[in-house]
Amino acid sequence: MSRTKLLFLQVMVAVVVLVFWHVFSTVPLGTGSDGKPYYLLPQFFFSTPLKVIERVFLMFWEGTVYKHLMITLTEAVLAFVIGATAGVLIGFWFARKPLVAAVFDPYVKMMNALPRVVLAPIFALWFGLGIWSKVWLGVTLVFFIVFFNVYQGVREVSPVVLSNARMLGMNERQLLRHVYWPAALSWVFSSLHTSVGFAVVGAVVGEYLGSSAGLGYLIHQAEGVFDVTGVFAGMVILMIFVMVIDFFVTLIEKPLLVWRPSETRTVQ
Amino acid sequence: MQPSGFSAMPAVALRGVSVAYGLTGGGRYEAVQPVDVQVADGEFVAVLGPTGCGKSTLLNIAAGLMPPSSGESLIFGQRLQGLNTQAGYLFQQDALMPWKTARDNVAIGLEVRGTSRRDALEATDQFLAKVGLASFGDRYPHQLSGGQKKRVALAQVLVREPKILLMDEPFGPLDAQTRLIMSELLLDLWQADRKAVMFVTHDLDEAIALSDRVLVMSAGPRSSIIGDFPIPLARPRDIAEVRSEPEFHRLHAAIWNTLRDEVRKTYGLSNTAKEIRA
Repeated sequence: MSRTKLLFLQVMVAVVVLVFWHVFSTVPLGTGSDGKPYYLLPQFFFSTPLKVIERVFLMFWEGTVYKHLMITLTEAVLAFVIGATAGVLIGFWFARKPLVAAVFDPYVKMMNALPRVVLAPIFALWFGLGIWSKVWLGVTLVFFIVFFNVYQGVREVSPVVLSNARMLGMNERQLLRHVYWPAALSWVFSSLHTSVGFAVVGAVVGEYLGSSAGLGYLIHQAEGVFDVTGVFAGMVILMIFVMVIDFFVTLIEKPLLVWRPSETRTVQ
Repeated sequence: MQPSGFSAMPAVALRGVSVAYGLTGGGRYEAVQPVDVQVADGEFVAVLGPTGCGKSTLLNIAAGLMPPSSGESLIFGQRLQGLNTQAGYLFQQDALMPWKTARDNVAIGLEVRGTSRRDALEATDQFLAKVGLASFGDRYPHQLSGGQKKRVALAQVLVREPKILLMDEPFGPLDAQTRLIMSELLLDLWQADRKAVMFVTHDLDEAIALSDRVLVMSAGPRSSIIGDFPIPLARPRDIAEVRSEPEFHRLHAAIWNTLRDEVRKTYGLSNTAKEIRA
């Protein structure tokens, strides 16, 4: 399929959904028994696409949203950096020290089984309503993804590659640098989209449950006053935000994973 | 069993080496009975045997990648402890680091030893040219064909100029034509600078065409060396032509005679077919 055709079909999906939304929220299907017009998607609950777009535009135009975007971005970036660093270091340590891994194994599983949302209130107590309670919530999410990937990556280094590296004269330190480290990093990068996404989730959920700024705060505020247009506008901005971040992640990972086989290799 | 006249100090000498594995649930699996293997300096020895006879295990012992259950390996007269640092090992499977380019894969073997990057790359380019990959240095392994990867692996081993080459069915996964080309390349490189080679294979033609001596191993368990055939074909050899010489056929028949029963044992076949023919 050609690129333009694919793009056309992708845009069509959005158009169909928006038209459906618009028509059923503005054109009454008939009159109810009480004499009021009857809508399939009443505006009180669903707003309309035009109102949402207008609100998003206004938020950017008037500049009210930038402060909140910056806060959420800061939280997500901090959560990712701290969580990924801890995940890489501890993942490495566990993979190289089977005893440590065996001892901590049940606790790691327990911690990971815990739905992180329940931690949000207690983090708010510990770290206050500022950005740090959100950062740590994000860290608990990012850490486990990166940790498991690095742990797996280091343990599953091909034994042949390892033997070969040893026969090429590498000592433990050199093995770490030239074999284990790149193997682990490749797993981190392959989970980059997921872990960055979770950093944003941690930030937004944290804001939602108690804060004074950020995208999660915006959405929560709008919900509090039944401002459905505001809720949808917040969600749209959040989606755009995540897509922009994802775009940059793709940009970063491309040169880093150049050694990996990709699906299409034909070059003219 | 050993041909005399070589230097008193063999490059590789396995003395009374045996291999046994502990089985899960107790018991021992005797893989290899005590065997003696000797590879003189500059000698090309092929170890031939049916699948699963433990020939690769012997190679790993000579490399120091695994310890024998009994016996010892002497490398140039020195008792081997830990890895065999005098040896280069060419693996059957892909052993290149996928995250390094062909050039970096080769150069790293020199760099870890303390050679400066510039000198390492210079030597690397020489060896990549020798294996015919001068313009492929910047490719990653996944961008190379099976044969090209093997060439890089060969350059990776040779650039360190080991005194001993250990090869574990290195051309096994390649197609027949590529194998022939690779064997030719290997012989050319070896001819220029004769190292001791221990070459494990299950391919009889390959073993005869390449080596000075063919050791035949019996089928496992408790495998041992049941034949030691000197290959008096003239050097330098042309891999394709040597196969049509009458001497090649005589050797082929003699070794196959020893090997056949072992291969049959591996597949659980009786010797009836042979007996009927006899």
